Amino acid sequence: MRLLNRSAGRLSRHRRGPLAGVVLLLLGLVLTGSLYAAFAPAQATSAESDAEQVAKGRELFLVGCAFCHGQNGEGILTQRGDTQLGPPLVGVGEAAVDFQVGTGRMPMSQPGQQAPDKEVVYSQEEIDALGAYVASLGPGPAAPEPEDYSLDGLTEEEREEAIVRGGQIFLTNCTACHNFNGAGGAMPRGGYAPSLHETDPKYIYEAMLTGPQQMPNFSNGNLPPEEKRDVIAYLESLRETPEYGGFGLGGLGPVSEGLFAWLVGIGGLVGFAIWIAAHTTRSTKKKGQAA
Amino acid sequence: MSIDTSKVATSNSSAAVAKKPGRAGVVANWADERLGLATAMKKNLRKVFPDHWSFMLGEIALWSFVVLLLSGVFLTLWFNPSMGEIHYEGSYDQLRGVAMSEAYASSLELSFDVRGGLLMRQMHHWAAMLFIASMMIHLLRVFFTGAHRKPREMNWVIGCLLLILGTLEGFTGYSLPDDLLSGTGVRAADGFMKSIPVIGTYMSFFLFGGEFPGDAIIPRLYTIHILLIPGLLLALIAAHMLLLVYHKHTQWPGPGRTEQNVVGFPMLPVYAAKAGGFFFIVFGVSALMGGLLTINPVWKFGPYDPTKVTAGSQPDWYMGWPDGALRIMPGWESEFWGTTWSWNVFLPIIVLPGLMFTILLLLPFLEAWITGDKREHHLLQRPRNAPTRTALMVALMTFYGLMWAAGGNDIIAIKLHLSINQITYFMRAAVFLGPVLAFMITRRWCISLQRQDNEKLLHGYETGVIMRSPEGGYSERHLPIDTAKAYALTARDRDEASYVPVGTGGGTDANGIPAPVGRMSGLRGKLQTLWFADNVQKPTAAELEEAHHHAEHEAHELEGVSTDGHQLDGHHAVADEPLRRDH
Amino acid sequence: MTDARDHESHENDPHEGESSQNLPDNPAGSAGAVPESAEPIADPGLPAHAWRPADVDPAHEKRAERQVAGMFGLSAVCVILFLVAYFTLDIGDDHDTVGGLGASTVALGTTFGLALLLIGIGIIQWARKLMGDHEISELRHPARSSDDDRKATLAALNAGLEESGIGRRPLVRNSLLGAVGLLGLPAVVLLRDLGPLPGDVEDDQEYPGAGLERTVWTKGMRVVRDVVGTPIRAADLEIGDLVNAVPEAFFEVDEEGEHLIEGIELQIAKSKAAVIVVRMEPDEIIPGDGRDNWSVDGVLCYSKICTHVGCPISLYERTTHHVLCPCHQSTFDLADSARVVFGPAARPLPQLPLAVDDEGYLVATSDFLEPVGPSYWERG
Repeated sequence: MRLLNRSAGRLSRHRRGPLAGVVLLLLGLVLTGSLYAAFAPAQATSAESDAEQVAKGRELFLVGCAFCHGQNGEGILTQRGDTQLGPPLVGVGEAAVDFQVGTGRMPMSQPGQQAPDKEVVYSQEEIDALGAYVASLGPGPAAPEPEDYSLDGLTEEEREEAIVRGGQIFLTNCTACHNFNGAGGAMPRGGYAPSLHETDPKYIYEAMLTGPQQMPNFSNGNLPPEEKRDVIAYLESLRETPEYGGFGLGGLGPVSEGLFAWLVGIGGLVGFAIWIAAHTTRSTKKKGQAA
Repeated sequence: MSIDTSKVATSNSSAAVAKKPGRAGVVANWADERLGLATAMKKNLRKVFPDHWSFMLGEIALWSFVVLLLSGVFLTLWFNPSMGEIHYEGSYDQLRGVAMSEAYASSLELSFDVRGGLLMRQMHHWAAMLFIASMMIHLLRVFFTGAHRKPREMNWVIGCLLLILGTLEGFTGYSLPDDLLSGTGVRAADGFMKSIPVIGTYMSFFLFGGEFPGDAIIPRLYTIHILLIPGLLLALIAAHMLLLVYHKHTQWPGPGRTEQNVVGFPMLPVYAAKAGGFFFIVFGVSALMGGLLTINPVWKFGPYDPTKVTAGSQPDWYMGWPDGALRIMPGWESEFWGTTWSWNVFLPIIVLPGLMFTILLLLPFLEAWITGDKREHHLLQRPRNAPTRTALMVALMTFYGLMWAAGGNDIIAIKLHLSINQITYFMRAAVFLGPVLAFMITRRWCISLQRQDNEKLLHGYETGVIMRSPEGGYSERHLPIDTAKAYALTARDRDEASYVPVGTGGGTDANGIPAPVGRMSGLRGKLQTLWFADNVQKPTAAELEEAHHHAEHEAHELEGVSTDGHQLDGHHAVADEPLRRDH
Repeated sequence: MTDARDHESHENDPHEGESSQNLPDNPAGSAGAVPESAEPIADPGLPAHAWRPADVDPAHEKRAERQVAGMFGLSAVCVILFLVAYFTLDIGDDHDTVGGLGASTVALGTTFGLALLLIGIGIIQWARKLMGDHEISELRHPARSSDDDRKATLAALNAGLEESGIGRRPLVRNSLLGAVGLLGLPAVVLLRDLGPLPGDVEDDQEYPGAGLERTVWTKGMRVVRDVVGTPIRAADLEIGDLVNAVPEAFFEVDEEGEHLIEGIELQIAKSKAAVIVVRMEPDEIIPGDGRDNWSVDGVLCYSKICTHVGCPISLYERTTHHVLCPCHQSTFDLADSARVVFGPAARPLPQLPLAVDDEGYLVATSDFLEPVGPSYWERG
């Protein structure tokens, strides 16, 4: 959220209404509290050496991950041998671990078409340890730092350009699956591209970097880090801009619009028609009696 | 009316004014001396319109068309239908500096830099959806109640043309903003055209002024959207209304409502007030939707760029069903002598809609041919009393609905956690089986409802009161329904009066359908059997008499039974229905 | 009672005088008519009019009056609020918001909508509660004209036709029909210049890559990233990468910095030349006939334009190598020459043969070898 206000520059004037401010404040408080809870015990061990972290990560790995990914992260084939139960993790890097475990996609509760994001099982400290262990298996992308995806240090004009460029890159590379609004979309055989509405910028960055599950990679040789940053800035700016035309109807495009036209529009108007033609209450009195 | 005049005089001032030549009288006189209005208005000012909610569905279409004209004129004041390229410098930050067409830039200007512009854009779009949706439910009401029969077949045809034109008008409007979604739609339309054998490529090149996308399509669609089709729509709507006035509205059968009269409220004041009030309601609902519900947020789609696409690229809902057909069609294509036949595109998007609209246009004539019925009909039928017709339309609706769902298969897949592949496989079978199943179920359902009506007539309605006989047997008490309701139930034709059996009749009536001969007469006979064979006829006078006699006998047996507790539930009038038989 | 009511309701009917002769002769027509006596229940006639509370009770009447006027008054208030909203709520650069929604649109829509709705509801309430609500009855007439009218019209028509001599002078009639029929030709021919013929576009080559069978790709042209225009080094791509790419020609500028291809020509070129570049394990690729050297270290390049109806297509699954079209769900297997594995498309996506130039950047070794995009009649 800090990023939003500082990075948005010109956009920040279009802040949401007063109600949104209160919600934001509450969210911030909750977030701070939970972050504190998560990090407080880490203080004592923050000085631990890399080797210790790797060792701790290996311990966690053996308990939580090795069943599918193998004792040494070499991957395990299914019994028929044609598909991977768990893919090899050599060379996937710390970024992949941070994304998969940090969004709750791993550990998987059951094999399936796609691992959904769910409640996170490990603390950030444990995730870092797991990441350090997997990174020790083979060289791979490291988890990004906030500087990698923040617009800090740019002039207002540069920020605006970054957001516009990010928007064009987003529309070229991402909307095909994730929808113009970042609302997500369907993929073959029950797969889906998840919604990006709530996704933390760090995880968006890591997803682009590592290409989790069926998502293609946008490695740094493909989409340079600045362009990833621009995409994230654009998505953040979309969250920041108001829904100019009223409620968004899920941002799914014409299907949800059609649904509302029938349910709200036609439904409401037919309701009015029934009222118009309904018989009003009748009196038992006769006209003569009243006169 | 003689007893009413006192009431009218107090409640309706216009009627009273007419008596003494006030200022209105002077104006009326001036106008009549020049235009002869009085003769034209004499019949129409108090023209009778029956009152029923289902008769107002077409009005929704009419009034949303007016909303479309008003909001559309507003939009034309700013919209610039040009594909000239400019760099956006308006208020929407995320697109500043991006190259786009002037059409898209002016859509953004309307949305962000004209106060009320976004409201009008959204009202226009919502009203367009309401326009087509209300035409469709109006069409369904007309068909289900048999209002398409003689003498109203031509009005049915005009209505169908309005529906087609409305759909085309919607599609051209959808394409104008030149955003990514509409551009994708136009791109697909280019593919549709190219699939047409022989002339397809030429059509595409002529429409786009060269290769897709060219720089001509937006201005051309604009002319079609604001001039050509609205002109045709206006003319056809006028014809539709004139025929309505000439034929007089149909009505539901009931006490005093026959084929020879029309009972309802006069045009002035009640009907005019209700219709006028409904205009404001349709206008108001459109405005509320336009102000509160986002529709087509073009700024999020970005300008059209042939290299970009978004998930959930759907047409507006009324184009959804052919799009669904396109999605579930297998990928068939053939090559003969160096020519390509794209069955996978041509059949679902060109042939199928043409076929469906042809069937729709022909429905009244098809029915008239099967039944051979050449009478005029002004009393409506309840859907159950024409089981095969009702089932036919439900089958068509099922087909439409399944295709529609197929057109949203990606959204269904994500929202219900299904696989688009499996939805597609399911739909490939369902679009054939579903309508057949729906036909059979609906037909049987209607026939059961007919039986139930007869039960009510012959044995009365079920009171829910359980009686125990002296022997210890239990039975439910039935009471007769009141005469007005009973009459409304019997105010329908017997089927033997509704058709001319194959081989009889015909040939004498010059303006009717020619007498069937040969192979077709066999088919006609079979269809006639399907149309009528299983229908339940209303009881004859003798049957009713017999049943009532039986009921009296039963009542006699139950003599001494106290009241049933239903005297005040409105099912029957207590006064003339003695509960206790004094035999 | 019944008869009397029927009678009185017809009293004001303007057609009454002519009604008897215009009634349908026999509603049952030629069909087997059922005698009236078989009708199980006789028509009880229109029920007696029942008064509404507002008709008989002045208190009710007053209340209804106040209701209606109140609604009209509220509507006026809404109009005032509309004006206030119009002039106070900002749009454009400095958008006012309310609860995360655009304040101006929402306020204008709500006030305008309520103003209209209240007028409508008020009028209808007026009609329902206060206007005279006696149902009246009007006689119908068959749609057909009376026999006399038909005779007279037919006579007039015959007289007119006879005087024109159209039946007696076939030469005049037929030559007129022929001449008028031929007028259809200018109407059709005039539309000829709506656009060039597909063949002419191809032959004239007024812009790069004109024609359905060509694109701007040429031998040696670099494959660059869409939007930013940077070239792609094959070695920089990782397994699973997807690049939405275009030909370098889209970004080429002349000495004055003007783009060589721009405006509509650029849109046309984009609609055919857009590609997707993917990298997969080289041993997972099943090369098509004669396509052995079309890839570079597992980097493949395909047309981005769906062969179904032409939507751009880039919903790529890295592990299955399938790419899905968001418009109609055609699915292609990029590892297997973009064979159609699902959906309504009939042809694989055309593949662009790749190589690397001296600096290691991806280049095309030729144009596409088949037309891109949807099928068309002459495609063959």
